[in-house]
Amino acid sequence: MKQELRTDRLSAFYGAHCAIRDITMTFRPKSITALIGPSGCGKSTLLRCLNRMHEVIANTTVKGQVMLDGSNVYDSGIDTTSLRRRVGMVFQRPNPFPTMSISDNVLAGVRLAGDVSDRSTLAEIAERSLRRAALWDEVKDILNRPGTSLSGGQQQRLCIARALAIEPEVLLMDEPASSLDPISTMKIEDLMREIKTDFTIIIVTHNMQQAARVSDFTGFMLAGEAAPGELIEFDESSKIFTTPQDKRTEDYITGRFG
Amino acid sequence: MSQDSADLVSFRVARRVETGERARSHFADRIFSGLLLGSAWIILIVVCGLLAVLVKASWPALTTIGFKAATLAWSPSDDRYGVLSFAFGTVVTSIIALALAGPMGIAVALFLSELAPKRLAGPVSMLVELLAAVPSVVYGLWGLFVLAPVMRTVVQPALGKWLGFLPLFQGPPLGIGMLTGGVLLSIMILPTVAAIARDVFAAVPIEQREGMLALGSTRWEMLTKAVLPYARQGVIGALVLALGRAMGEAMAVVMVIGNTPAVSASLFRPAYTMASVLANEFTEATGQTYVAMLIEIGLLLFGMSIVVNVIARALVWSVSPKGTRAV
Amino acid sequence: MSRLAVRNAWSAFMICVAAACAGIAALLLAIIVLYVLSKGAGALRPTFFTQIPRPVGIPGGGVANAILGSAEIIALASIAAVPIGTAAGVYLALFGRGRVAASVRFLSDVLTGVPSIAIGVFAYALVVLPARQFSAVSASVALGIIMLPIIVRTTEEAVRLVPHTIREGALALGIPAWKATLLVTVPVARPGITTGVLLAIARVAGESAPLLFTAFGNPQWSVGLTHPIAALPLVIFQYAISPYKDWQQTAWGGALVLIALVFALNLAARVALRSRFAR
Repeated sequence: MKQELRTDRLSAFYGAHCAIRDITMTFRPKSITALIGPSGCGKSTLLRCLNRMHEVIANTTVKGQVMLDGSNVYDSGIDTTSLRRRVGMVFQRPNPFPTMSISDNVLAGVRLAGDVSDRSTLAEIAERSLRRAALWDEVKDILNRPGTSLSGGQQQRLCIARALAIEPEVLLMDEPASSLDPISTMKIEDLMREIKTDFTIIIVTHNMQQAARVSDFTGFMLAGEAAPGELIEFDESSKIFTTPQDKRTEDYITGRFG
Repeated sequence: MSQDSADLVSFRVARRVETGERARSHFADRIFSGLLLGSAWIILIVVCGLLAVLVKASWPALTTIGFKAATLAWSPSDDRYGVLSFAFGTVVTSIIALALAGPMGIAVALFLSELAPKRLAGPVSMLVELLAAVPSVVYGLWGLFVLAPVMRTVVQPALGKWLGFLPLFQGPPLGIGMLTGGVLLSIMILPTVAAIARDVFAAVPIEQREGMLALGSTRWEMLTKAVLPYARQGVIGALVLALGRAMGEAMAVVMVIGNTPAVSASLFRPAYTMASVLANEFTEATGQTYVAMLIEIGLLLFGMSIVVNVIARALVWSVSPKGTRAV
Repeated sequence: MSRLAVRNAWSAFMICVAAACAGIAALLLAIIVLYVLSKGAGALRPTFFTQIPRPVGIPGGGVANAILGSAEIIALASIAAVPIGTAAGVYLALFGRGRVAASVRFLSDVLTGVPSIAIGVFAYALVVLPARQFSAVSASVALGIIMLPIIVRTTEEAVRLVPHTIREGALALGIPAWKATLLVTVPVARPGITTGVLLAIARVAGESAPLLFTAFGNPQWSVGLTHPIAALPLVIFQYAISPYKDWQQTAWGGALVLIALVFALNLAARVALRSRFAR
């Protein structure tokens, strides 16, 4: 099965303000694609359009298409909840559910959407997800403690485990390490490399070294003074970071602005 | 990992088949947000219903008595239904209450938000808030058996002696009357003024204070010249809200005001307020017009509270957009 | 004395005045509570909580029927007001942007300021007048309306304080919006909502004005929803203005019970709120 995700002339708006315009790109399955660019270039907005989280904010609209396995996710027949279970997301700041224990957090998606209720299956899913998120060894004895009792880095891996538990096809990561210390960041990068054999990963990052370290492909986005964000260049990471074709990409990755 | 991958595929396939699930969640979402919206609408319906029911039930009085209600004489047995003496009592007692509780409440608020050490401000704040929680019938009980005798034996004779040349403080010290009602109300609204004013002061930016102190002002000058002017509107809002509370209070007032439909210059004299006449006469009222007239007084209280609240909220909001707690 | 010395002295003096005002406010509470305690403690024999009132002159008796009646009226009011109030509060916090929400917000603030006796008149005109009978239900209608705005606004505030990232986290897992709200957002806001509900109950537990012409009072045991029913604040009022010493004593006892109840509810509300920060 080929889980292909691509956008076709995708534009997104906040009210009348256009945040991104005419983005067309294809994300290679089972690989890591990084979106980089200066802040305000719309990379997070693009990410949120892919699982229709953009529309959770009031007064937002989207034009164009996002194709997942050949069907447009913005078609009227598409249900956002089942879409979001196929396209999972990890946020910039760890957001474990404060009233839930560690294991309840991991199982929140599975349980609250009503897929599985068998206790031993749930325990299996919890363990498998926590192992994938490289958190199992640290929390296996404290599964009933509140999720918020963990450190920031552990919380973020808990959120990754929570997203993996519902077995998405695509995992969107919105600057997942920006609020973490270097060691936690390294752990998350390692686990991304581990899990990319199973998932298509798209990561937004403002950290170019991170993009260069983990990603297979990189898209560079840029917004003008009052102009919406656009995709300037999109290629294999090795090319983007060594031989960029566009002058603006080169300026950015060599630190000449932004 | 390979075992995982196999699980994963079967899991996904199983999920895709469930197309019924999709429709169900949509439907549930719609029902749920409909219930929430419906609950919100109930608030609107309640307030509009309040108005409509009060107007309808007081209609016999509105039509037969009409503007004759704007007279002094209240004598239901003679079919005379003038409510001005009640309005007079309400206004006088509320003004006394505000004159006493206003300055004091602001002083308490300044102390709590600006002056007191943190360890002291917390407990004192809590005591002031508990003062607001004392039920009004308990205030009435205390007013009747403690405050009224003190007023009769100590306060009123002293006022008569030193300020007796004013018409306000002439006449025999009865203990029960407008002055006692006003004093009791002032105790009841003190926490309202203090709590809201405290929140308003807390919203004054620190720069305002530091700017004034940097000009070489004393601490008190900083408060009166920087904090108070900045918070002026909100403080007025707090006073108006407290005034609204005083005007609508029934149970405490009915026990200490004397319940006499009279207008007199002396604050020692008994009187009536709009709310206390309802508390005192409603259950004994006989005849359609009498009851309808009392309901009309309820309608007037309702209208009055709306006007007062609109003014007060506008003032308080303009200072601290978060608004006040429900006081 | 130099000008500066005068200014400093004045500042110190006025600060003392403000402190004294705060002291007086705290003292007032102490005076009232201690007085109620000293007068009321004598009335609190065991029979006070188990028996109904006896006629004047016959010692003993209690206000058990009034305590039961108050509990019944408040329970009935809460059953209606708590779900409606919390639902409306959640609506305002999550979807409250349009004109409907603005009016709901505004009108519930207005409703907070409406004199409770006017709400009693409303319940009278709405329920008592058509039924031609004072009743427990009419009292609950009045108290429920008083509770509503308090619950609405505290719920809104509590839900609004839940970071939107929590809700987004749930939605991104493909959890349907209604489940995300009920099972993720609302539990986080629960301490605040509980506080609001407890404060609303504390407020109406002490209300007597709206009960005068709805519950009306009843010297007998009565639990029927469509009959006049006794309530503690009403008994306090009726006995306080009576000329009999025994009855006045009972009023003080009732006042003590009522104050204890209301203060306990207020303290419970504080504790509920604190538990959020403990986590």
